Amino acid sequence: MKALAARRHHRFAPVVLLLLALLVTGGVYAVLAPSQARADTASTQDIETGKKLFQANCATCHGLNAQGTANAPSLIGVGAAAVDFQVSTGRMPMAMDGPQAQVKPRQMTEEQTSQLAAYIASIGTGPAIPTDEQVDGSKGNPATGAEIFRTNCAMCHNATGQGGALSEGKYAPSLERTSARNIYQAMLTGPQSMPVFNDANITPEEKRDVIAYLEAQRDGSAGGATLGSLGPVAEGIWAWVVGLGLLIGAAVWIGAKSS
Amino acid sequence: MSSKTTDVTVPHPEGDLERFQDPGIPEHRPRMADTDPKADKRAERQVVILFTISVIGTLVALWAYFAVRPDGTTAGVRTSTMVLGIAIFFALAGIGVGAIHWAKTLMSDHEVVEDRHATRSPDDVREIAVQKLADGIKESGVGRRSVLKGVVVSALALFPLTIAVPLISSVGGDWNVGTFRTTLWKKGTRLTYDPTGRPIKASDVTIGSAVHVIPEVTEEFRQTGEWISEKAKALVLMVRLDPRDFKPFAKGRENWTYDGIIAFSKICTHVGCPVALYEQQTHHLLCPCHQSTFDVADGAKVVFGPAKRPLPQLPITVDSEGYLVAQDGFDEPIGPSYWERLR
Amino acid sequence: MTTTTTRPSATNPTTPLGRSSDYLDNRTGIGHAVKEFARKVFPDHWSFLLGEIALYSFVVLLITGTFLTMFFVPSMSLSTYEGQPATMHGLLMSDAFASTLRLSFEVRGGLLMRQIHHWAALVFMASIVTHMMRIFFTGAFRRPREFNWLIGFTLLLTGLLAGFTGYSLPDDVLSGNGLAIANGVVKSIPVIGSYMSYFIFGGDFPGEQIIPRLFTLHILLIPAIILALVALHLMFVVVHKHTQYPGGGRKDGNVVGFPLFPVYTAKAGGFFFVVFAVLSLMGATMAINTVWNYGPFDPSPISAGAQPDWYMLFLEGSLRLMPGQAEFVSWGDFTWSFNVLVPAVLPVLLLMGFALYPFLEAKVTGDDREHHVLDRPRNRPTRTGIGMAFLAFFVILAFAGSNDLIATHFHLSINGITWTFRVLIFLGPWFAFWITKRICLGLQRKDRELVLHGHETGRIVRFASGEYIEVHRPLDEQERWLRVNYRAHQPLELPAPTGPKGSKDKSYKKTKRWATLSRFFYEDRIEPVTPAELAASHSHGEHDALPGGEDHALVAPDHSVDATEQSR
Repeated sequence: MKALAARRHHRFAPVVLLLLALLVTGGVYAVLAPSQARADTASTQDIETGKKLFQANCATCHGLNAQGTANAPSLIGVGAAAVDFQVSTGRMPMAMDGPQAQVKPRQMTEEQTSQLAAYIASIGTGPAIPTDEQVDGSKGNPATGAEIFRTNCAMCHNATGQGGALSEGKYAPSLERTSARNIYQAMLTGPQSMPVFNDANITPEEKRDVIAYLEAQRDGSAGGATLGSLGPVAEGIWAWVVGLGLLIGAAVWIGAKSS
Repeated sequence: MSSKTTDVTVPHPEGDLERFQDPGIPEHRPRMADTDPKADKRAERQVVILFTISVIGTLVALWAYFAVRPDGTTAGVRTSTMVLGIAIFFALAGIGVGAIHWAKTLMSDHEVVEDRHATRSPDDVREIAVQKLADGIKESGVGRRSVLKGVVVSALALFPLTIAVPLISSVGGDWNVGTFRTTLWKKGTRLTYDPTGRPIKASDVTIGSAVHVIPEVTEEFRQTGEWISEKAKALVLMVRLDPRDFKPFAKGRENWTYDGIIAFSKICTHVGCPVALYEQQTHHLLCPCHQSTFDVADGAKVVFGPAKRPLPQLPITVDSEGYLVAQDGFDEPIGPSYWERLR
Repeated sequence: MTTTTTRPSATNPTTPLGRSSDYLDNRTGIGHAVKEFARKVFPDHWSFLLGEIALYSFVVLLITGTFLTMFFVPSMSLSTYEGQPATMHGLLMSDAFASTLRLSFEVRGGLLMRQIHHWAALVFMASIVTHMMRIFFTGAFRRPREFNWLIGFTLLLTGLLAGFTGYSLPDDVLSGNGLAIANGVVKSIPVIGSYMSYFIFGGDFPGEQIIPRLFTLHILLIPAIILALVALHLMFVVVHKHTQYPGGGRKDGNVVGFPLFPVYTAKAGGFFFVVFAVLSLMGATMAINTVWNYGPFDPSPISAGAQPDWYMLFLEGSLRLMPGQAEFVSWGDFTWSFNVLVPAVLPVLLLMGFALYPFLEAKVTGDDREHHVLDRPRNRPTRTGIGMAFLAFFVILAFAGSNDLIATHFHLSINGITWTFRVLIFLGPWFAFWITKRICLGLQRKDRELVLHGHETGRIVRFASGEYIEVHRPLDEQERWLRVNYRAHQPLELPAPTGPKGSKDKSYKKTKRWATLSRFFYEDRIEPVTPAELAASHSHGEHDALPGGEDHALVAPDHSVDATEQSR
């Protein structure tokens, strides 16, 4: 043992140890240091990083300067809100061809997403990411929100936001787990098949009311199990399966010979 | 190999072939409660317990009605509904299951045989019945009084009209089916947002927007039931496309749009649901009821589904302040087809 | 003192019960009815309780419906609603919708009663369909029950109307769009369509009359018709006595079962409570028709997944499948909307045709005897196949009516689904018929095998000669009787043509057509096993020739060995 230990003292050992110590200190600091608040205005650094991220992940389809190609539309003027929506839901970068972009695990971190958004915002004017107050459902009126939702949204997303079918395999997704910010941003930017609901059509207050309505739906139903909130078809299936199932079971029991 | 199956398919005339005989009612198999007094007592106890569950259920339901009140929240209503309902379930199921269990385990299960009689009346009864009818007809004299018979039948056939005609006619109101042809849209009517009623500036409608539109009316009128019926004919969906995306407009409709903004009736020409789904990228309008699909860029022509006719188009322009207005009403009746639609 | 526990004295009553019965009978003659009906025999089988599910759910509908009428306001007058839920507060809505909300959120037990009522309606229709299919597949519609079949069929249609008028009462967006569709269908009727639409709604759609009118239909006229028809329906069951499944001791001339009092009073009475209990449980735990999520009726909004209640789905599906090209404008500028008329009318016509089946079958069998013993479905392959074909038709239409939900849940294209169903609606019923008929014939052959050769016991016996056989246990009398007690109908024999025109004679042609149809029904058939065939199958090693039979492969030499018999 002693012989082994004796052979381990190398000339460069102190240097290596110092480097290790620096790494450990730096790592501990990075983990434990408080995260910075999101800056309201993007720094030039963010825009630069965003541009690099864009060119690495998005330019193949959207063009080196976001001008669009045959495969994907131009992103000039789509606004930070569109980028935040598409990237934070994992729709972009799009991985698979299909009727529409699918929600999947997000590929970019929050910081990277905001950097991308900053870059796109810098190359054209478009809708900005809403503030926390703008998407605070507790400040919205769910009754107004319900009325707006019924007129503009329910035909695609279903009366309570469970989702619905469009033509040729496209669909309007369920809104059950969509964040308040993304609800706002989707209305504002009109992703893919969804129409654009700008602030003149549905005002920012009305958008917040819609968020309030959708959040109220997450309390469940006053009548019991929601059965998916899919309407009469689901109710009919359950009437046959549970209702008739239990009753025919009871009938079989009645008719069976007792032991 | 013959093409016939191996089954016996050759008909045997009835009666000339010996068939199996009916073995009679199967032997009665005693239940446990029939032979074992302990099983009998156990079954009786089970029935008693079941009926007792019902009594307890009723008591819990009564308590729940008074104690678990809905408190104005979704969860509160749900709780009160569930507690009350489940208690009622036990109150009812206790009786039901108890009665059935009693019948199955304790009541006699020896099968009883009862004879059936032919449904038809016996011949002697029929004869008497026919005779009685004949006597009655002879006494009435209707056999030889044919004019009398004719008038009686006519009177009886006609008198229901005295009730039917007023009923049907009054229920139909003023029968003015011409109202199907007209909507609130006239020259100069402003387009407004549905449901708030704010007027729409052309500059506010960006490419890719889908705007649900109603004609401008007074706030007062919007509180009436008559407005709902007018709205049902006047609904419009308005979208904005890049003007280059449109296929050539039909003759006479070249200036029915404004800078890429185009408006169509929202009532489906199939059976009348609102055609509310707008797919921005394909510029198709999809009706959610039966999936009729209309192409906005091609005069709302039908591209799929059970509708036949394109959606009627509302000719629009802007007024001096930049608000969107109708140039005129629709040039045909909106909504589903009916017999005299084009006359 | 007279003992009253087993045999009450009927002429000189002394107990309170005896004296009250005496009082009653003196004034009503109820003794006749008690004598006639108290111990009436009903056969016992679970499938006979399906009609009772329908009856009892109807009673539940009446009870819960009465509760609802205490609070529902059938008026389309508008007012601003203040109350629960928050998503409806401050909205302008009709009194019908507002009273439905108050009933659900403010009246204690109101939402429970509403939900029990709606679940009961769905189960009512489901049980009617199931009951009707049981009647059809067992041939219970044969003489003397043809009228009862027609009454039952009319009950199915009135039930549909009751449901449709009922779920339209809350005046919400979903049912209101259903009314809009009904209006569109009515308008498409040639000549009188627009007038009929104006008549129903008292003007333009939706007008202000439709909810009160539907209310009158729903709580007065339609229940009255249903009650009257149900009374007739049950009266016929009493008059004809209930049918029974084939089995030992069961003949067309008797009923074998248990007496009404006490067994069926307890079983059927108990079943009412079970039905009510299950419906209460569903109403307590499963949300249904949450109208506050659909919103008060406004012609502008609509929800994705807009369907009517399940029993109307077949009409919805047929409307979705029909291509639009079928509408055209004729000479005179009249519009013929066949794209709407055909899907609305055709399924109903087919249903009516189905209702006439008993009369068709009576003609093709030439059988007009009374029948009180039911058929096993496998013994009537063509009838069972036809029933399955009709079921397939309506089920496919119901799925077509749910095509957008299928698209969302299985990530498919709604256009692709629609095209698939357009093809399936033609191929599906035919395929269902063919495969059902083959399955029935196969089951009949299996029954023959079972009778001739007995149950396989799984015991292998080796004879001294080296031969292995499996021991078969022969069927006992009851098992065998069940499998041979049926009549395999034969096609109608076509008589030689009489009359001057010979085979060109019109009435002869008609007879010939019936004979051809009869052949379609009964050409493929399996005869029940006869004692002679059974004896032949028991003979060891020889093929016995049977009169008129083929000379090979009729019955294989059978090695059924009694349990007591050892090797030869």
